[in-house]
Amino acid sequence: MAERPLSPHLSVYRWAYTMTLSILHRASGAALAVALVGLVLWLVSASLGRDCYATLLPLLRSLPFKLVAWLAALALIYHGCNGLRHLAWDLGWGFERADARRSAALVVAATVLAGAFCLYLILRRGAGAP
Amino acid sequence: MSLRSPLARVSYHGAARDGVGHWWAQRVTASALAPLSAWLLVALLTLPASDYTAVTAWIGAGWNPVLLALTVLLACWHSWLGVQVIIEDYVHSPGRKIAGLLLSMGAHALLAASGIYAVLRIALRSAA
Repeated sequence: MAERPLSPHLSVYRWAYTMTLSILHRASGAALAVALVGLVLWLVSASLGRDCYATLLPLLRSLPFKLVAWLAALALIYHGCNGLRHLAWDLGWGFERADARRSAALVVAATVLAGAFCLYLILRRGAGAP
Repeated sequence: MSLRSPLARVSYHGAARDGVGHWWAQRVTASALAPLSAWLLVALLTLPASDYTAVTAWIGAGWNPVLLALTVLLACWHSWLGVQVIIEDYVHSPGRKIAGLLLSMGAHALLAASGIYAVLRIALRSAA
């Protein structure tokens, strides 16, 4: 194998918050791969019948699980919003530095707002009806 | 051992024309998953109750099983493509890289098949 130059040399760049969003896209994607296993396990347990699903219910209704579910929802919201940003770049839109920073701020704001609303919905379910 | 140079071996064969296949599949599945995953998230968050009757009734109702099966299939496909890139970027030993890629492919195929089968089983039971 020839000794070829490697790219990118991440350590030579001054840190910018758009870099953090970039690595968060990969991290949230990896988290969603794990969440996908949870979604399929949930579907399979429901398909196995009432008894199997009933043994799972106390876990589904526990606070630690709700927080994990919320983190998965947060990862989906972030990955989805930032994914739209990536799709816009693929169409050639928003490449200028100012545009990229503005869309980054928009993604963070949308994630925080929608994430907070999700937390409210998830916690409200336990307080009221089953 | 061949006496032909590496350059001669690859020259004049032309492009395979699938150079952007991975990139394109990732974008197409992403575009489909944008509305589908938003639908699933809202549906799960606003599910009236989490007990067996309510959950299976929702899974089997109307177009829900079709959209759910589609979401599971595309999410597995998209996740497979994404995990593949992560493994290729961070696992450097060729043996472990191949093993990881095969394991990820198998796991995602299993996930897609069992998820779709579960949705169909619930939907067909509630339709019968």
